[in-house]
Parts: sequence; structure tokens; C-alpha cells
Amino acid sequence: MKFLILIYSNPVSRQIWDGLSEEQRAGGWRAYTELNEDLAASGEMIVSEALADPSLGKRVSVREGKAMTSDGPFAEVKEHLAGFFLIECESIERAVSRAARIPEAAYGLVEVRPVLDVSGMMEM
Amino acid sequence: MTGAAEAENLIRELAPQVLGILVRRHGGFEACEDAVQEALLAAALQWPAEGVPANPKGWLITVASRRRIELSRNETARRRREQAAAALAPPDPEPAPATDDTLTLFLLCCHPSLTPVSQVALTLRAVGGLSTVEIARAFLVPEATVAQRISRAKQRIKASGAEFQMPPQAELPQRMDALLHALYLIFNEGYTASSGSALHRSGLVAEAIRLTRQLRRALPEDGEVAGLLALMLLTDARRPARTRADGTLVPLAEQDRGRWDARAIAEGTALITATLATAPIGPYQLQAAIAAVHDEAACYADTDWRQILGLYDLLHLAAPGPMVTLNRIVATAMVRGPRTGLRQLAVAEADPALAGHHRVDAVRAHLLEMAGDRPAAHAHYRLAARRTLSLPEQRYLEARAARLAPPVTCTDPEPDPGRSQQRS
Repeated sequence: MKFLILIYSNPVSRQIWDGLSEEQRAGGWRAYTELNEDLAASGEMIVSEALADPSLGKRVSVREGKAMTSDGPFAEVKEHLAGFFLIECESIERAVSRAARIPEAAYGLVEVRPVLDVSGMMEM
Repeated sequence: MTGAAEAENLIRELAPQVLGILVRRHGGFEACEDAVQEALLAAALQWPAEGVPANPKGWLITVASRRRIELSRNETARRRREQAAAALAPPDPEPAPATDDTLTLFLLCCHPSLTPVSQVALTLRAVGGLSTVEIARAFLVPEATVAQRISRAKQRIKASGAEFQMPPQAELPQRMDALLHALYLIFNEGYTASSGSALHRSGLVAEAIRLTRQLRRALPEDGEVAGLLALMLLTDARRPARTRADGTLVPLAEQDRGRWDARAIAEGTALITATLATAPIGPYQLQAAIAAVHDEAACYADTDWRQILGLYDLLHLAAPGPMVTLNRIVATAMVRGPRTGLRQLAVAEADPALAGHHRVDAVRAHLLEMAGDRPAAHAHYRLAARRTLSLPEQRYLEARAARLAPPVTCTDPEPDPGRSQQRS
């Protein structure tokens, strides 16, 4: 089963991050590096990325067949997606235990979502 | 093109035999498997262009052995001396029968220390002769993920102390269960996938059937191996009628049975009939028998539900499980009416394995629809659609719900032109 682990960022978490010592911050990065390495070694990792600041994103809308972009309301949104892991593992419990190793999980900013599979149709 | 396809079939057929011989000769399953994989790749490049060698098996053994020795040169000096000595030893004049090796290899790849996902990946590569890239494509994951799963699986086998030899007789039934389960997983990955989004997966069905045939050659007397092969054939026979042109799935009740594969049905039916008469009965045989009863009916209305219910009663005794319970309830409803089915469903739901399961909602919706309670059926189809983890199933359940949706009474101030409404 595939699971998407979403990592959010909000003003409180950014404030906490800014207030960390260099050493603490290095510890945070280390937690990410180790998680990435472990997921790759276990064959569970599919992809993981950190996202650029939302102010650099574009909202896309198609009007009369033409794609238009705008900065959109993203910059003002308080909580935004900061990064994600797409993993494949045996159960949601396992995915949750992996997600719990993300430093942001200490602030309730990590979410695990099952991915819909293209197989698994029942016979009836 | 045919030459290339023939060469590939031959290479894949020889893969487990060559690996078996290599492990016997050199030891070290992990390195031998890598060496064989490289030899298969070399053959896949060379044979279609230059022609298949006179002794294809010998060719693969020679190339793989050479590679195996090269690989071991990278190891420690002690290992190097060992392998050099092995390389000097004359090749076995009469290699052990290939079928024995194939079964040993199957069982090693489905070693209980591995997760089902790893068992599947390793079996497809080591026994099936598929490349890491092909496996990755079939399972819609990156190549690095599959490569890592295979290398980790091999490390685990090594760490568990498992050897390339038949497990003791006492362990065999359990080991066979794991092996048959892995083969069935491969089949289901391919069979239950919707086309279009997962075209590569249909190859998995053919591969699962090919591997099960190979296993049956090694164990012709095993009733459950025959049962699994019959189940695959009888299920896959419906594939041409199972998908619409747009990729959506057609339920059994609505399939155009004229498009079913009559040859596969004949083979599967003959196989399961002969097996049930001779072998001790088992869950795969019962499931195959159920599939055969479905396939025998000229139309859905002709289905012999009494016989299917009887088979589910047996399956419920032989291998009880939440999905068997649900399917048995559907069969009960077909024989004794939807209200009986709904009553049984209310009882079955108490089982923690079924509580909150989307298929309970799906079955309830189906039975409510049969009973003529459209609003309740609609609500439960919607609930099931929200809870499923399968995309094609979600689309199917949403379509069922849409058919039963109450007519829209509110007046939309600005109707959405993109959304057309279809009701029956």
C-alpha cells in the first residue's frame, strides 16, 4: 500500500524553528537524512521532496482555453504544505511509525494519507 | 519480432534452471542471482540479433558462471581463493533435474522471513527472470525501490541462514501456503488493475499463470497448485469482458459472456474437475470450483447460486475469512432473498475484521438495491465509495450510487455546463 506523508508548516512551527540553536537545527536535518536513508534501505521509499516557499508558487486557471497564472492566495495562507514522502509499506500503522520520526510531528503538523490503488476491484 | 519473443520466452523459461545449477556449483544465492540476471540481460541483447545458440542453457550457465566468478573476485582474498578453486572444478556432467531446482528456488524466494511484497519481487526476478525495470513498471514504483527490495530480501534470506535446499517435510505445508499466496498476489495485482492507468500490469497475469504452470510441472500431484492454476485460468477468462473501452470495470452481472475466453474456461474447468476428484480438497480448489460455476452460466440469471452457496459453505469451513463471509452472504441473498442476506450481514459486522470495512457497505448497498430500497442503497454505495482504497472500485461504487441518486429538486442558480447528468 502506498501512503503520502504530508508535512505542514505554520507560523508557530516557523517561530519554533527560528528559535532553535544551530545544533538543534542540525539535529532536525539529521532526523530527515536518517529517515530518508532508512526508507531507501528498506525499499519503502518511492519519492520525497521538500517544497519551495509558497510565495514562489503559482495558481493556475484556464479561461477560454488559455492558461493564466496568478500568485493566488497562497502567500496569505497560514498553514501550507512544506514537503512530502510517498512511501509503500505493509500497513498504515507502519506508515504512521515512519511519519512519527519527522521532527514536525512533535507539533502535530504531519499527516498520513492512504493512496488509492489502481487495483483491488472486488468481484461480486 | 517473433524471433525476439521466442528468445525471450526461452530465456525466461531457462532462468530458474540456470540459477539452480549456479547455486549448486558456486554457492551464495545472492551473488548467483545477480550473475544470472546479467547473463539473462546479455542473452536478451545478443540472441535476437545473432540467433539462439545451439545449447542455450549451456550458454547461459557459462556466461553466468563467468560473471559469478568475477563478482567473487571483488570479495575478500579468502573468498577469492575459494571461488578460483570452484572455477577449476569440472562442471557437473549431469546437473540435478531442473524441476526440483525450480521448486527449491520458488520456496527460497517465498521464505517466511520476507514480507509478501519482497517475496513477490524476488520470485518475479529469480524464478520469472524479469528485470528490475520490468518489475518496477508493473508495480508502478521506481526501479531503485524494487532493486532495494530485492537486495534486502536476499540479505534477509542470508541472515536467516536459509540454504538452497528443500525445507524439511514438516515445514513444507506452511512454506507452500506462502508460495501459493505470493503467486496469487502477482495474479491479483495484474488482474484487478484497471487498464489504461496500468497497462503494464496485465503482463503480471500472464506471468503468474506461467509461473504457476511451472510450479505444477514440479508438483503435478498437488491439488492446491492445480486449484490455483484453475482459479487463475477461470478468472482471467473473463478479462476481455471485464473492462469497457473507457477503462471502467464491468461487474460480473453485466459482462458480455460471449467475450469470455472459452479455451481458458475449458482448460480451467477440466483441471478443477479432475483435481477435485483425486486430490484432498483445499481453499484454492474451492475458489476455482466457484469460478467454474460462474463461468458455466450462459447468462447471469442462469447462475447456479445453490451450488455456489454450497461451495462457500465448504470454503467457510476450510479457510474462514472476512471476504469469504461477505461473498457467502451475497450467495445466500441470491438463493434465499436479500432480506436474509441483510440479516446475516448485520450479524457478520460484529466481527472486528469486518467492522467499518467498506465492503460491508458495498454488500449492504447491493442487497438493499436488490430489496428495492433505493435511497438506502444509494447512501451505502456512497459510504463504500468514500471508504475504499481502490480507485477502480471507487469509480464503480460511485457509478452505482449515481444510478440510484434521487432526482435533483433544487434549482441551481448557475448550472455547471461541465457536469452532465445521467440517470437511468
